[in-house]
Amino acid sequence: MTNSMPMNQDVAERHGLTQEEYQKILAFLGREPNLLELGVFSVMWSEHCSYKSSKVHLKKLPTAGARVLQGPGENAGVVDIGDGLAAVFKIESHNHPSFIEPYQGAATGVGGILRDIFTMGARPVALLDSLRFGPMEIPKNRYLLEGVVSGIAGYGNCMGIPTVGGEIYFNEIYNQNPLVNVFCLGIAKKDRIFRASASGVGNTVIYIGSKTGRDGIHGATMASEGFDESIEARRPTVQVGDPFTEKLLLEACLEIMKRGLVVGIQDMGAAGLTSSSVEMAGRGGTGVELDLSLVPRREEGMSPYEVMLSESQERMLLVAKPGMESEILGVCARWDLDAAVIGRVTDSRRLVLKEEGRIVADLPVSSLTDDAPVYERPMEAPAYLDAVQGISLDLIPQPSDSGDALMTLLRSPTIASKRWVYQQYDHMVRTNTVIPPGFEAAVVRVKETRKALVLSLGGNGAYGLLNPYRGGVIAVCEAARNVVCAGGRPIGLTDCLNFGNPEKPAVMWQFALSVEGIADACRELEIPVVSGNVSFYNETNGLDIYPTPIIGMVGLIEDVARVVRPGFQDEGDRIVLLGETKEELGGTEYLKQVHSREGGFPPLLDLAVEKVLQNCCLDAIEAGIIKSAHDCSEGGLAVALAEAAMMSVRSLGAAVTLPDLPIRMDAYLFGETQSRIVVTVKEVRLDELEKRCAEKGVPTAVIGRVGGNRLTIRAERSGRPSIDLSVEAMRTAWQGAIESHFQESSQGR
Amino acid sequence: MRFGILVFPGSNCDHDCYHVLKHLLGQPAEFIWHKETDLRGVDAVVIPGGFSYGDYLRTGAIAQYSPVMKTVRDFATAGGPVLGICNGFQILLEAGLLPGAMLRNRSLKFICKEVFVRVETDQTPFTASVQPGRILKLPIAHAEGNYYADPETLRELKENHQVVFRYCESDGRISDEANPNGSRDSIAGICNRTRNVLGMMPHPERCAEGFDGNTDGRSIFQSILEQHAVKR
Repeated sequence: MTNSMPMNQDVAERHGLTQEEYQKILAFLGREPNLLELGVFSVMWSEHCSYKSSKVHLKKLPTAGARVLQGPGENAGVVDIGDGLAAVFKIESHNHPSFIEPYQGAATGVGGILRDIFTMGARPVALLDSLRFGPMEIPKNRYLLEGVVSGIAGYGNCMGIPTVGGEIYFNEIYNQNPLVNVFCLGIAKKDRIFRASASGVGNTVIYIGSKTGRDGIHGATMASEGFDESIEARRPTVQVGDPFTEKLLLEACLEIMKRGLVVGIQDMGAAGLTSSSVEMAGRGGTGVELDLSLVPRREEGMSPYEVMLSESQERMLLVAKPGMESEILGVCARWDLDAAVIGRVTDSRRLVLKEEGRIVADLPVSSLTDDAPVYERPMEAPAYLDAVQGISLDLIPQPSDSGDALMTLLRSPTIASKRWVYQQYDHMVRTNTVIPPGFEAAVVRVKETRKALVLSLGGNGAYGLLNPYRGGVIAVCEAARNVVCAGGRPIGLTDCLNFGNPEKPAVMWQFALSVEGIADACRELEIPVVSGNVSFYNETNGLDIYPTPIIGMVGLIEDVARVVRPGFQDEGDRIVLLGETKEELGGTEYLKQVHSREGGFPPLLDLAVEKVLQNCCLDAIEAGIIKSAHDCSEGGLAVALAEAAMMSVRSLGAAVTLPDLPIRMDAYLFGETQSRIVVTVKEVRLDELEKRCAEKGVPTAVIGRVGGNRLTIRAERSGRPSIDLSVEAMRTAWQGAIESHFQESSQGR
Repeated sequence: MRFGILVFPGSNCDHDCYHVLKHLLGQPAEFIWHKETDLRGVDAVVIPGGFSYGDYLRTGAIAQYSPVMKTVRDFATAGGPVLGICNGFQILLEAGLLPGAMLRNRSLKFICKEVFVRVETDQTPFTASVQPGRILKLPIAHAEGNYYADPETLRELKENHQVVFRYCESDGRISDEANPNGSRDSIAGICNRTRNVLGMMPHPERCAEGFDGNTDGRSIFQSILEQHAVKR
């Protein structure tokens, strides 16, 4: 293809543009675009870059708050944490590339989110990942899991950024469409936040980092389509990561920003040089003129089209302060990085691209940003709902042995220990990790302060399928609850919305309701959404994934010494269940694992109740009453108690007696009723806790005592324990479940 | 006591070592860029962990050619204490300041976890204040920590008591299960003949502060300080 080839509808369609969109381009330009211009439109108007299907819905999310320094719209959100510091964070998906090429797909996902964070002037201090795969019995899924985990490890470890947590669910729906969502947190000085804006007419535009190659051309367009059998042929659209260069880029950029040499900075992620230059001009209300012949290139003979659409990794675009060019180039030279002045900021509000002095593209910036298409796509409740929701509990038999059912759950990979995964991640480098991976939330201290930040990721796709609104509500509440259980006050969140094909009304309906759920929960809990990402077209051969909104929650602990852990602490401590248990089995891991059913109504959640519970628990933690706290989620109360025992440093068990309730025993043990937390207190402080809870209206039940090396759970009305297992046996099953699938490869002596 | 911490492109535990030396132990510490050739009169050199040159080619293989390494060699020959941690150990091996080589972990995977090591000798400036036989809980984080040396070299290491740390069970027993990476003789750290250069795979700087309840790593740095004080 050459730049002078005739443009028509057909070429536009091969670029993923619809007939209407092509007509819109003609109207904007008053002429036919050339190939390069068409390529620029196609990536900027892709779902991935333009958010054209999601924009109208995302407006519903609350984004303001007293601590918010930067909400959505920049490379990452920024929240004030006091002491003159700010938490900078965002989550992003790399689902499509990771399915095509798991190692590089995941690795470049990490690389991309890291750049988003340090672009803001923050030093990245923690990574977390949310992953979804099909069951490991299928070899392809093991290959994907192994590749993704190695890719995350390969990139994060080399960069020296600890991967401190995350979560993984396994479900058949992700067989043909795994999810890889990567979260990163950075710390910046509050008054040194940098933004991606090209301001100051006449300022120079500088390119730094890796040379531009032919890799990843049209990655953004690829991420905006579904999959079929031809995916193997798309392997070349996945970029290749170079964490060593990224480490140099990180250090060089932070040095350049610390010295105050730039007015704006933006990483080249999806759609590379195109989106970085266009977005900077858009935010600055300016124009940008680039001479493409000055762009450092990996190979000869690259066309302007290839240079503009390449997604080569580890590249940054800076707008220099006047006269600082040579100093910037000097810093880059010290770090052995390529750097070149490639253009300047103009007042034309146009993107002008030159090659060998010739203008090869000339486009109004607004046509690529503010005036890009926005769709209010049709929505319709899907037909499957009645079928999946209509499970009659009467037809589900209670297990003959609850202990066996608990062991089945502990062995199910979604609940099982992820040790095999997180031991491959360096989770200690930087020496800030207070609570490492393996728990519901990770805690990293903030050096030079007394503070710590609590980080939790989560989102249950099965709930989303059965009731997308509630799936959204629960995702927010559970992530917040996890943060609270560690003693953190939620201060902001980032969301990664993974959905199917938005052109299907059913998917759009799921999306809209999920966003509403997230918005309502955020408003009630007063947690702002400060950044996020939408990943549509998670469909293969027409099958869409479950609606999977992933929430990345950040909480603040004023005094790191007050961190609370989920494991039992001391013999004799009393175990108290905060919150009320209902007969809710819909969408549970128990139904899936023990009865091979996926259906029913997901648990209810009353936002007012949730809020009171979280505040009450947090107050009690801050008052030093609570010794351990673990929320009830997948696997219900029984799994929460088992985990509290297995996570206990001294492997302490517990004797639990459940007070009578008019509900099925399996729902009592394994139901996933929301707004519940299992806490332990010293005997002498039990009254104080109960009094506080009573004042706030939080139901409490004293259900047992920590001690011994077994977990026994009995119903008050029956004498015989329904569960009586040694902590050691539970731990062996729980820790071995995922590892057993990789035994051969991991023990290759 | 003045510490110099080498910084190669890709070093990433440099700040952690600095934090321990400067903020915890209150010692003057400074970074020394790999292109420098002057150690500025420091009393000890720390080669920190990380991925110098991205571990490309082979761990430590490119870093050994950095200009600073020639000066470090002279410093070591003159008896100056040099502590190489993780990637620092790998660089010392490649530079020939310590014998042997690192292979990939036998699991072929990166491993990050806490392990136990037994202190085999107090005849080094890095372990002088630690009882031989004491068991330390230290974290490891590496993909290439599988120490290899030919039988002759291993015999010499043992004869000269150059094996400083060995992976062990929590009670000090040496076992294959407690060997996380397949190292010969469960070796976790060795010193040179003159005992002033130590390479170790575990990260003492990651457990010196104690906010996670473990300060075992601190004893290594404490030893260096105490030895220095004795000498003076």
